[in-house]
Amino acid sequence: MAHALREPGWYRAALGTLIGAAFGFGLVVILRLVSGLDAFQTEQTGYPQVIVPLITAPFGFLIGFGAFSYWFRWAAGKPTVPDDHSGHGATRWQDYFTFNTDHKVIGIQYIVTTFFFFFVGGLLAMLIRAELAQPGTQIVDPNVYNGLFSTHATVMIFLFIIPMFAGIANYVLPIMIGAPDMAFPRLNALSFWLLPIAGVIFMGSFLAPGGSFDAGWTGYAPLSTGAPLGQSFFNVGVQFAGASSIATSVNFLVTIITMRAPGMNLWRMPLLVWANLSTSLIVVGATPFIAGVQFMVLFDRIMGMNFFNFLEGGDVLSYQHIFWFYSHPAVYIMMLPGFGIISEVIATNARKPIFGYRLMALALLGIVVLSYSVWAHHMFVAGMFSWLRVPIMITTLLIAVPTGIKVFSWLGTLFYGKIHTYSTAMLFALGFIVTFTVGGISGVMLGMVPLDIHMSDTYFVVAHIHFVLFGGSVFTIFAGIYYWFPKMTGRMYDERLGRIHFWGTMIGTWGTFIPQHWIGLEGMPRRVADYASQFGEWNLVISFFSLILGLAQLVFLYNMVVSWKYGPKASGNPWRSKTIEWLVSSPPPTFNFDEIPRVVGGPYEYGTPGARHAIMGDEDAEATVPEPKPSSVPAAT
Amino acid sequence: MPKVPYLRLAIVSLAIGAVIAVLMIQIDWNGEAGSTAAGPIDALLDWMIIISSFVFAIVCVFLGYALYRWRVKPGDESDGLPIHGNTKLELTWTIIPTVIVLFAAGYSWAVLDDIEEVDSDPLIVNVYSQQFAWTFGYPTEGNKWSEGEFHVPVGRQVVFNMHAQDVLHSFWVPEWRIKKDNVPGITTDAVVTPDRVGTFQLICTELCGAGHSVMRAKVVVEPRKKFNRWVRGLEEEVPQGLYLTADQALEIQKQIQKAEGGIGGSGVDETTRDNVTQS
Ligand code: HEM
Ligand SMILES: [Cu+2]
Ligand SMILES: [Cu+2]
Repeated sequence: MAHALREPGWYRAALGTLIGAAFGFGLVVILRLVSGLDAFQTEQTGYPQVIVPLITAPFGFLIGFGAFSYWFRWAAGKPTVPDDHSGHGATRWQDYFTFNTDHKVIGIQYIVTTFFFFFVGGLLAMLIRAELAQPGTQIVDPNVYNGLFSTHATVMIFLFIIPMFAGIANYVLPIMIGAPDMAFPRLNALSFWLLPIAGVIFMGSFLAPGGSFDAGWTGYAPLSTGAPLGQSFFNVGVQFAGASSIATSVNFLVTIITMRAPGMNLWRMPLLVWANLSTSLIVVGATPFIAGVQFMVLFDRIMGMNFFNFLEGGDVLSYQHIFWFYSHPAVYIMMLPGFGIISEVIATNARKPIFGYRLMALALLGIVVLSYSVWAHHMFVAGMFSWLRVPIMITTLLIAVPTGIKVFSWLGTLFYGKIHTYSTAMLFALGFIVTFTVGGISGVMLGMVPLDIHMSDTYFVVAHIHFVLFGGSVFTIFAGIYYWFPKMTGRMYDERLGRIHFWGTMIGTWGTFIPQHWIGLEGMPRRVADYASQFGEWNLVISFFSLILGLAQLVFLYNMVVSWKYGPKASGNPWRSKTIEWLVSSPPPTFNFDEIPRVVGGPYEYGTPGARHAIMGDEDAEATVPEPKPSSVPAAT
Repeated sequence: MPKVPYLRLAIVSLAIGAVIAVLMIQIDWNGEAGSTAAGPIDALLDWMIIISSFVFAIVCVFLGYALYRWRVKPGDESDGLPIHGNTKLELTWTIIPTVIVLFAAGYSWAVLDDIEEVDSDPLIVNVYSQQFAWTFGYPTEGNKWSEGEFHVPVGRQVVFNMHAQDVLHSFWVPEWRIKKDNVPGITTDAVVTPDRVGTFQLICTELCGAGHSVMRAKVVVEPRKKFNRWVRGLEEEVPQGLYLTADQALEIQKQIQKAEGGIGGSGVDETTRDNVTQS
């Protein structure tokens, strides 16, 4: 036992958590007593004796778990223990519960954890829809209801969509660019372990006096600065989720910039790599803003700093400006990696090069730049200086252009292709195109100031965000998971169950979210526990379809779990794709490659006899390489 | 390369788009209208719905055609044609959407200027929102006050000056198509010219706490004479429980902290309400 407590691992982590918590708690109590205050402070916005341990305990956990062992030794000038990679790979399920630095293990850790939170968030959504099925209050009182939609959104955004994309990219991106691992494997592992911590903190808020945080995922001040203790859990949880995001994106940037296989110049990068490059540029620039603004709220709450306290000269609107300066770019953090996934899936399953590859990459960069200039479209009716509305409207509408380019290019890719619709991945990709188009259309309407004045904060916005986040992000996640499932697990999933899942999800999504446009325009505001009885019928319909949507996800869960264990063995390249991750075995060898591959052409050279993307190290190094093609040949029609 | 009937696809897209558009604009999307802003806003929405119908139809028709034409037969392992792009086409689908959104922006801007233009002699109504109630003041009509309900004359422009006393709230009357957040610490405003007599609902659309869903007020639009009579019958005294300025709110908060028993026992209710006039 004593030995187990000294070695990094779960026992030492538990001990570390206790020590961390005790340290934070003791620090607060002692400082308070020394200052002549009561030991405990139990104003609802206070509770420093809870908040500080909430921050120190996770560090205790991470230290105990071994996340910092290497760095500590290095910092102390002691001989570091070189990683002998004995911990690489995972042979038993227990291996996934260790501080593992193998990007493939981390990828699986990310994906499984975030799917867990997807189901948690989904359950919360089912409760929301149950309450809203009929007018009046049936299941939860309004306070609890506010907590439900706040935690639902927070879990889905910060613990499912954003980290899920990081997880998928974690697994496939290094292999795709011919790298043995991510640039900073220890930082990578740390990024992952920050996530469950954020999850425990968010969920822990349900235990706080006054209930879970309930000011929405947007946490607007001053509702949030005066809310009960649970809100502080949100403020702190976002720090851990945000730190995880930032660390991962730094990792991706360095990996993509420095670790591409020889021959992979920028114009030979698969679009998933481009997408993650773009996403990471947004994350490193924008995420610090939400971290900062949540600290400001926390400081307002427990230290009376008055950033947003209008009574003491604080500025209420500045919260929204800072928040959206992150959170608008964040919606692209939730979409660009999905764009990348769709490009991979469509090129492979249409057996054609991506139409207008370079414009696709440039459109991603265009979105990155524009995404920083549109935040105030969330504030058209917020009472900000009115001159800002028109310029922001113009940039907002312009962002639809690169988005449209992507949709048209995918359609162009399908033309003259050989389209395989057998795989569920492709079904989700095609379903995504149609569904996301609707979300884009409603986005453009919301971007037009006179329309937004009417639509803002109504169910129309709820419809928009679900068309882009469910019909957009989540569809792309499913496409990606089905597409790379054979690669990750070495087994095939069941296509029949996949199709049931797809159609259930498609019908559920449209049935649930289309009517929300209508009731929103007719006068139903968002974030309400109760509504005028005239909306009763539609809400019942919506709740019914949401149940279908929910049940369809259980089919997915069953398919994944059973196929992972019992599915037929997958070959290295079941989809006959050209990108590098398919040129290794399924699942890939522990270190990805014996020899780094050489990249000799574009990633999607379908239809050109003999054209290759990469030559693997174990092939004849002298293999003849056809001349790289010019990337654009005129299409005769 | 096998021919694709692009012209026919385009015609089909336009036809389907037109059918969708015609069907869609039959629907009264925004519900009943009750102000002069509703006309231009609803027309703008109809335009967007028409354009969007065509966009949606184009995406669906081309996707559907691709699937119909190039879906592989089982066992076909060959590849598609190695087409990498077409600069002219790519430029087209960059430029046309740009033109469309710039048109949408320009049109929106014009509508915005139109609906926000202030007349020479508007009626001023002060709006005070707090968890979870609305209070209205008529500073130009003899400093009158009304709680939970307000009336305005039909056909005269109203400028609402909005104040939030605790957290954010938002002022929305769906029939008027007008919404504006009430922000603690600053005054926001909205301009409305009601043009339909009737009773409507004022709905709070910014999450403000447990009572948010039920934070409503009654809106009555009536002929001028009736309105005058109603205003005359109102109290001049500041309603119980309303504080007006940030300074007063701060004062009250400090007093609460000092005095046990909260606001009722502290006596500040009476003192702060002395001599207040409407801002
Ligand atoms: C064509 C591109 C898009 C445009 C023009 C657009 C425009 C807008 C506008 C103007 C709003 C503010 C509505 C309001 O609160 O009054 C909004 C809200 C939102 N959009 Fe989009 N959008 C687009 C695409 C997306 C995408 C791709 C995502 C995410 C994947 C997204 C996620 C959201 C979310 C989450 C909100 C609501 C935030 C909240 O208040 O909780 N949007 N969008
Ligand atoms: Cu936005
Ligand atoms: Cu409210």
